[in-house]
Amino acid sequence: MALYEASATQLLSQLESGELTSVEVTQACLDRIREHDGSVGAFLKVMDEKALAKAAEVDRKRKAGEELGVLAGVPVAVKDLLCTEGEVTTCASKMLENFVPPYSSTVIKKLEAADAVIIGKTNMDEFAMGGSTENSALGKTRNPWNTDLVPGGSSGGAAACLAAQMVPLSIGTDTGGSIRQPASFCGVVGLKPTYGRVSRFGLIAFTSSLDQIGPMARTAEDTALFLEAISGHDPQDSTSAAVACPLFSKSVDQPLEGLRIGLVKEHFGEGLDGEVEKAVREAVAVYEKLGAKVVDISLPHNKYGIATYYIIAPSEASSNLARFDGAHYGHRCDEATMLEELQKEAEALEAANDKEGLRKMDTPLIRMYRQSRAEGFGPEVKRRIMLGTYTLSAGYYDAFYLKALKVRRLIREDYDKAFKAVDLIVGPTAPNPAFAAGSKTNDPLAMYLEDLYTVTANLAGIPAMSIPCGMTSGGLPVGLHMQAPALEEDRLLRAAYMFQKETDWHAKTPSL
Amino acid sequence: MSDDYEIIIGLEVHVQLATETKLFCRCSTKFGASPNTQTCPVCLGMPGSLPVMNRDAFQLGLKTACALNLNVPRFTKWDRKNYYYPDLPKGYQISQFDLPMSEDGYLWISDPKEQFEAKKVGIIRAHLEEDAGKSMHDEAAGKADTRIDLNRTGTPLLEIVSEPDMRSPLEAKAYLNELKLILTYLGVSDCNMQEGSLRVDANVNLHIKSDDPHKIATPIVEIKNMNSFRAVERALAYEVTRQYEVWKETGKTIKDAAKTTRGWDDQAQVTRPQREKEDSSDYRYFPDPDLAPVITTEEEVEAVQQSLCELPMAIRERLHDGFGIPSYDADVIVNQGIVAVKYFEELALKTGDAKMSSNWVQQDVLRVLKERDLEFEQFPISVERLAGLLKAIMNKEIDTTRAKDVFTQMLDSDKDASAIMKEMGIEKVDDSEIDDLAKEILEANPKAVEDLKNGVQKAVGALIGQAKKKNPNIDPGTFRAKCLELVKHM
Ligand SMILES: [Zn+2]
Repeated sequence: MALYEASATQLLSQLESGELTSVEVTQACLDRIREHDGSVGAFLKVMDEKALAKAAEVDRKRKAGEELGVLAGVPVAVKDLLCTEGEVTTCASKMLENFVPPYSSTVIKKLEAADAVIIGKTNMDEFAMGGSTENSALGKTRNPWNTDLVPGGSSGGAAACLAAQMVPLSIGTDTGGSIRQPASFCGVVGLKPTYGRVSRFGLIAFTSSLDQIGPMARTAEDTALFLEAISGHDPQDSTSAAVACPLFSKSVDQPLEGLRIGLVKEHFGEGLDGEVEKAVREAVAVYEKLGAKVVDISLPHNKYGIATYYIIAPSEASSNLARFDGAHYGHRCDEATMLEELQKEAEALEAANDKEGLRKMDTPLIRMYRQSRAEGFGPEVKRRIMLGTYTLSAGYYDAFYLKALKVRRLIREDYDKAFKAVDLIVGPTAPNPAFAAGSKTNDPLAMYLEDLYTVTANLAGIPAMSIPCGMTSGGLPVGLHMQAPALEEDRLLRAAYMFQKETDWHAKTPSL
Repeated sequence: MSDDYEIIIGLEVHVQLATETKLFCRCSTKFGASPNTQTCPVCLGMPGSLPVMNRDAFQLGLKTACALNLNVPRFTKWDRKNYYYPDLPKGYQISQFDLPMSEDGYLWISDPKEQFEAKKVGIIRAHLEEDAGKSMHDEAAGKADTRIDLNRTGTPLLEIVSEPDMRSPLEAKAYLNELKLILTYLGVSDCNMQEGSLRVDANVNLHIKSDDPHKIATPIVEIKNMNSFRAVERALAYEVTRQYEVWKETGKTIKDAAKTTRGWDDQAQVTRPQREKEDSSDYRYFPDPDLAPVITTEEEVEAVQQSLCELPMAIRERLHDGFGIPSYDADVIVNQGIVAVKYFEELALKTGDAKMSSNWVQQDVLRVLKERDLEFEQFPISVERLAGLLKAIMNKEIDTTRAKDVFTQMLDSDKDASAIMKEMGIEKVDDSEIDDLAKEILEANPKAVEDLKNGVQKAVGALIGQAKKKNPNIDPGTFRAKCLELVKHM
């Protein structure tokens, strides 16, 4: 088996036994990235030197018998919206093309404490807004299964680098499905933890009340170990859950007895691709064979999920992104040119004796804000800022934002009720397999429907996971979506492991 | 003021809370550091940073709420107030919108000179929020640079909003005085206006009196930039006259014009129209998703209530009722702060003469503090030493005039009154000695004796002068009484 094919768990055992060094593993990943990332485009930045230095440090510590973290020597890729001290952190936006944070996010610190080797920053939709990674202002990412297709989004780079076997572990973030949908498109495992399970400190916020950082990997065991490494209460994040973090890696191989699986009838309606449905139903049959009981359930407010999401997410985003104003952070327009243009405009208006026009003219400050933001943000980000500004405006707040909060509560209550009858809710992760690049870029609403099945887990704050569960006739991966009650990640991971013991969908790899 | 209208004043006071660190991070709140040295990713609003509430700030808010008789709801939350301004790094300010931490209280105000009747001013709410930074406009030599200092960003503020219950600039000043006193007694804020720890915005308009039973109200004006209580009083007085004149000229009422903002120009002593920040009618408030709501238990509020110190109003009453000094005296002492109150109380207990103690504190002590620009804490004469001097006066060991000289000497030495009196040769004069001296001087001044017999009391003054020359230690009061007594029998 080539080094790049190994899972994190396999690598760790070989590192511990001394059969391998972290430098060898890291170099293998770097070689694989060099060889294939030209066609995949998963990485915005590869940190060769730092990674090798860290690997060498871990090898030295291991040799000296010093205590090591749980991911000691294993390469990890990080989505480029986690602040990393001293490294450009871009959010795939022109706005932050040159932003170097003077601090690291809690998750980066935890990865460092776990002695993981951070190998690079992965591409994404700008500010995590999108479902195909086509909104990145800094590069194109392609699906390793077929480079004409998108990898999904917004954690497209994070999923693609796993599918292309460039790295065994990668960090994603999920606001409405951004870990799970690309995991589904790329045939890897992605878990969105319970809101508050993983600290958001240092995550450049898109929608604070929905964003959650999560592990992406190729197996259930790796995911369990990875989640363990990044979870835990953080006093720097007041929304982080003050609960102890279970040792997920210790329980992942214990099968679930008497498992009750809920199938949501609304998930199998219009818009669902036939091949996806078939793969999902076959996966459910695997569980039934293992003794699980299937129960039909209903989540009646699920159908409002997308609408609710597209009120709440842009509202928060419009406020979170206000700080990128050119005055304090990020891109600032060329001031000399701007002032010159402003002067010309004023002269023209004066010449035309347009008093009203003159009165309405931008001040230099307003023009600086306006132009910096116009240049720094891409179209999807602008679209959402405008939506959010509108929905929060006086006179619209009650009709939109407040109503969305009420629906959000109803969605939560649906879940509470459902989880009295079942242990897990299972269905398709996305309504379709990976689609062709460019096919939905002019239809934002079609793109938004990619999150149809995933978005309600964010609105309810519950954990959810996507695992590979089949292939279409065209050879594209299909993801199985599993949702559990808050703080029951353990249940998801054990269910995923049960499935992976019986099937080998997770072991399928694209030929590059 | 005029009989033609009634003045309606409401005040919004921003108080900087005396915490060591900022509201949502651990940066220092100390005043006067070099620009941008007291900042961190959180208060700079850097991408990815998250706020975490400072419990101490909330506690100081609770203390104030209890002192101002405000209700503290169980549940309060944080909201974002969105607007663009160069001194606002996040593009929003964390504040409290529809569910403030306290609401619906009141404050009693009165005037020791009784120019208005004591009244209860309603307080609509007091809520916490973070401060913005400071813009420094450098417009010298045709430049239009603005420099931003973000040291102040994130400093905890309590915004206290009154009902429009005040009816004159004088009442407004009394409200501010009482509020400031309470806040400093509680230790909630240093209320230093020069350093911006206490900032006042005033909303003012007029209700024009007319035969029409419907009230005619002039448009509301919010006045900003007032940096002393005197400025508040003057700005209000100016604005009242201005509004009345504008109304007479234009007839515009509250229905015809929205609220506007004016700034107080202290140099020119006028208010001027101010540019609005942006469309201030729409701050797009919504709950801050980065901060957990705050739950306050009844026990917590109860505990804070129990821990409150004695408040100025109660102390005034106690000094008046318990020590028997006039209300005006009590007010002057209480206005000096808790240190002055303690000093007075100890002095009065040690001397046993509250009125005399009050006089000395109000006149001599305060005069020295003013002349030497000292805080009460820095007053050089201890209570014990001053009590020693006052007792000497009461025992007639020294007269008041000479006592003032001793007092002056005491300011610059550690010596007791008795030691200084000894150095100055001041000692109590024997009764028989006064008797002899009185007889001697009366004999030498038959004209004065004649006058005194005819009831011309002031004639005794010249005699006291002569006696003082012979023996500077004689007590003029005793000598005077002696003379009058002797003349009666002559
Ligand atoms: Zn700070």
